[in-house]
Parts: sequence; C-alpha cells; structure tokens
Amino acid sequence: MAVLRGDIELAGLTKSYDGVTTVVQGINLRIPDGAYCCFLGPSGCGKTTILRMIAGHEDPTGGEILIGGENVVGLPPVARGTAMMFQSYALFPHLNVRDNIGFALRIRGLSKKDRNRQTDAMIEKVRLTELADRLPAQLSGGQQQRVALARAAITEPRVLLLDEPLSALDEQLRVRMRLELQRMQRDLGITFVHVTHSQLEAIALADMVVVMDRGEIRQAGAARDVYATPRDRYVAEFLGGQNVFAGRVDAINGDLASFASPQMKHIAVPVGSAPVSTGDTIDIAVRRDDVGLVRPGMDVAADTSWLASRVLAVEYQGNFVKVMLDATGTDEFIAYIPERTFFRDPYAIGDVVQATWPSHLARLLAKTTALTA
Amino acid sequence: MAVSRSMTSWLYISPLMLVLVPFFVLPILVVLVASVFETDGFGGLIPTFTLANYGTVLTSGLTYNLYFETVKFTILTWFFTLLLGFFVAYFLVFHVRNPLLAIGLFLICTVPFWTSNIIRMISWIPLLGKEGLINSALLHLGLIREPLEFLLYSGFAVVVAYVHQLTIFMIVPIFNSMARIDKRVVEAAIDAGASRFDIMRLIIVPLSKSGIALGSIFVASIVMGDFFVTKVMSGGGSASVVGAFYEDISVLQYPGAAASAIILTVILLVMVSLILRSVDIRKEITQ
Repeated sequence: MAVLRGDIELAGLTKSYDGVTTVVQGINLRIPDGAYCCFLGPSGCGKTTILRMIAGHEDPTGGEILIGGENVVGLPPVARGTAMMFQSYALFPHLNVRDNIGFALRIRGLSKKDRNRQTDAMIEKVRLTELADRLPAQLSGGQQQRVALARAAITEPRVLLLDEPLSALDEQLRVRMRLELQRMQRDLGITFVHVTHSQLEAIALADMVVVMDRGEIRQAGAARDVYATPRDRYVAEFLGGQNVFAGRVDAINGDLASFASPQMKHIAVPVGSAPVSTGDTIDIAVRRDDVGLVRPGMDVAADTSWLASRVLAVEYQGNFVKVMLDATGTDEFIAYIPERTFFRDPYAIGDVVQATWPSHLARLLAKTTALTA
Repeated sequence: MAVSRSMTSWLYISPLMLVLVPFFVLPILVVLVASVFETDGFGGLIPTFTLANYGTVLTSGLTYNLYFETVKFTILTWFFTLLLGFFVAYFLVFHVRNPLLAIGLFLICTVPFWTSNIIRMISWIPLLGKEGLINSALLHLGLIREPLEFLLYSGFAVVVAYVHQLTIFMIVPIFNSMARIDKRVVEAAIDAGASRFDIMRLIIVPLSKSGIALGSIFVASIVMGDFFVTKVMSGGGSASVVGAFYEDISVLQYPGAAASAIILTVILLVMVSLILRSVDIRKEITQ
C-alpha cells in the first residue's frame, strides 16, 4: 500500500520520564491518511504523551514515529508538518484573533498583506470575521476553540493534533463543537489525532478509536467495532453500554459454554474457537440494550439466556428507561428498555424479574492482557 | 444593626486609611505647607503664602544640572537592572525545570539583602579602590601601568552600586509576571515555528510588560529619591537632587528644601503615571 503524506505510524514507541516508570510502553499503531483518530483513556494512561511525541514537544525514549513514511523523531514541529491544538487552547493572550491566527505566517516572514489575506480567509472559514479584533479573553469558550483550530490549521499541516479540545466547554457547546470539528476535518481532508477521556466524544467523532490503559493499547479499530465488540473487560467497561460479568465454565456444548453457579445456570455464551475449557473463569459481555425484562414464570424462548433478579433502581432517560438489577452480585447489571416497552408493564423497585437476551448476542471477552500486535 | 452602604465602604478601606493618612498624607501636607512659608534664616518658619521658594528652585541653573545628573544615573541604572533582571527572571522561569531549584535560586538572589544597604555599598570600596582588588590584579597581570581611576569615586561606581542594590527590584516583578505565562502558550509558539528569539520578542517580552513596568517604577523612584549612594560612591564628585535639598536642611533652609521636595514628588508622579499608562498594572496585582 502506498504511503500517503498524512499516514502516521508508531513503531515500538516508548516514553519514560525518569527511566524507572514507562508512561508509554512500546506502542505500535498505524493511522491512515485523512483519518479521524481518537485516543481514548483515563487520565495518566499516556495518551497525551503520545500526542506530544507525535507533535514534537516531547522526545520518545525509544521507537519511531513515521509521518508520511519519514521518521520524524528529533525534528522540530514545523518540519514534521504537524500542528497542535492545545488543551484549554493556549491562545496568545496579548494578541487579537487575527494576530493569533496569523502568528505562524508572521514567523515565516510573510508580508503583512499576504499574511492578512490568508488569515482573513481562515477567519471567514471559522466564522469569526466580526470578532477579528478582539482579544482571546473577550471571547466565549466556543469562539476561543475556533481561534485555536484556525491557528493550528493555517500552516496547512498534514496532521492536526488535538489535546482534549472539548473538555473546557459546557455540555451543549461540546456537542455543537463536536460537529464543527468533524466538519473541519472533512473540509481540510487531513489526519486528525484527538485525545480525549470521553467515550461519547470518541465514538461520535472517530473513524478509528484507540483505547489505552497504562501506556498500552487495549484495542484499536472502528468506533462501532470497539463499542459493539470490545476485546476485554477493560474496553467494555470503559466504553460502557455493556454488562460485564464473570463466571466459571461448567460445560461446553458445541460452541456454547454454560456455567456452574446456580444463579447463572440459564446462561449460555458462544465461545467460538476460543481456547476455553471446563473450569475456566471467563468474562462475558452483554449489551445493555440487548437485555429484555420479563415477569418470572413467563415462558422464555429457546436459545435465550436469562437471569433471575430484582429491580434495584429505575432511571427514566427519555427515549429509554435504565433499569438496574442485582443479578450478578458484585458487577452492576443494567437493562436499557425502550421507553414504550417499559411503560406497557412498568416495573417497580423491588420487583422480581428475569433479564433475558438471545444467547448468541452475548460475547466472550479476552482475559485482560495488553494487545501485542 | 443596619449600616449604610457608604459606611461599609469606608469601613472596608479604613485599615489602609489608618496607614496612609498619618504616614503619607500628613507628611506631604506638612512639606507642602512648609514650601510656601518663609524662613527667618535660623530654622524658624514664618507662616505666610509665598511662591518665592519655588521661583528660586526653578530659576536656578543648578537645579537643572542636578536633575540632569540624577536622571542620567536613573536611566543607566534602569537600563542595567532591566537587562540583568529580565535575563535572571527568564533563566529562573524558563530554563530551570525543577520548580524547587528555581525557588532556591530565587532566594539566593535575595541573599545580599540580608545585610544593610550601606554595608553592601561600602563593600565595593576595597574592590574598586585605587589599591583595590581589581586594580592590583590588573597591575600584577601587567595589563595596566597606572591604577584605573574611574573605578571608584566616579559615575561608574555610582551605577555599579545602584545596580547591585536594585536589580532584585527588577527580578521580583518580572519573575512574577513571567511565572504566570502558560508554558503551553510558549509551546504553541514553537508549534508555529517560532525560534527562541521570536518567542522572546513576540511572546515573553509583551507578556512580561507589566512586570517590567512595575520594576521600572521601583528602580526609578528609588534612584531619583536617593542621595547617599551618589554622595559616597562618587566621592562627592556628583551631586543629586535629593542631596541638594539635604544640604538645604542642614543649613536650616526648610522652605527651600520643601519646595524642591514637592517638585521632585510631582516629577516622580508624572513619571509613574506615564509608565502606568503603557500597561495595565491592575491586572498584575489582582490576578
């Protein structure tokens, strides 16, 4: 496959600040040109460090960073063709919007006329024309974000790096700005690498989601793959929307495993060709929206797994109802019931119910180990 | 108990007033009043209203010579303290990675202040004197035949002593405003391709402006209001504005001295307000 100018490849990328603890542990990853890639993980998982290493604001301890097939380790940011949008934007507080956006052009020594022409075009693109003479402190959070985006984009980088670009905004604005980022990325047609701790943000924006934990990649793939088919318990729990629980395998019939504990005796899970044998403890994930609720004693279709449980809490969410159950002991078990279905026969707290789901929709999770691809 | 709004405002500012009125407003008023009195020539004051004292001061060619000398020392001192202060602060804020070490080095900058001004000034004499360390070292090395005369009891010595005493007044406010510069703002400039010099010129200097202004006010008002350093370090060769009215006082010419003091105060106020006009000092203090 031809290497395009916005391709990023991380090979054995490692970072340690003190030589003792490694914050990034031998990352291997390929981000295709023009992709919107989100690094997702809790704070301290190394995602920002990776971004800063790609940007050239941090030197890796080991490994290579290739952009467009060229190793850029040791090069200054400008030579890499990257531009970074910083967390809380880091706008120049003493410069107005126009000078902030045109800063890189000024550094390049463009004449004032050329500079203003290019800058004004960019200002128009991010719809800040009326605010061009304001200082950053006189702008709202959303406007500041647009300035930061324009300032990063004006150098026509091949890769735009965004460090928690939406975290400084309130909820409503965040949703609006999310769309704006997506639009910008389509307009510019360049690779975006976006770091976030919000799974909502990641799956809404990204073509490619990279889930990280303690300096390692847990799963990388399309948003839908990562959300619907998480690899292991960590990814499933971090992305949410899944009930994750563990059980000890009692028997395997065909490709269905069944469990020993009395509470889980009506559950079967497809194990496919995974190396699972009797006596193993395995993690299982069932999507919350795949779970249905029936009153006890009702007939359950064949090929359906079910759990007997009690309703702990009910939360109305508008288009669905979130029902919390005490089904699996320590792990929380939640069913998302469509609003209309729920109110046909609403459950009250304390009701005994059966949580059911088609057996083939349950998923076996890999044991929590790092991906070593 | 209901306290009226204006009453509460007065209560809020009363601690400041308690300090400012007796220690600042009253003395100024006393000087102001004395400057329009007449003297009986023996230290007594004759209550009257005359502007003759101002007339004498303003028409004397000596006054202008004194101001020229004092402003010259002020500008030289300001220039060198700014140069040193800026780069010391820059080094501490942007080059010392470890914040603990930065604070340690910052404290070391204040060590000279553990001794009195006068001792610090006098300690230059054995260094700069005719038979001082510098001259004897240069003589021994054979670089000069005669001891350098300009080292001590000269304008040079005055500036050295002022710079030594006042650089800290530049370092502190500049350090303070530099420490507030978000490191990510500097990184954003690097990201845009700025060189070290570009960053200094386009980011750090503009963002340290209020610290520079504050330091300049300290240095300029101290040098303008001092006479002792000039007197000792110039060996009597240079005079200063304050030195002159100190002389007036010693010959009991209080009204003349008071008029000179008022004129100096007005000049300083104008200078400070000009400096403040160029920066928003309130931002520096309240943030």
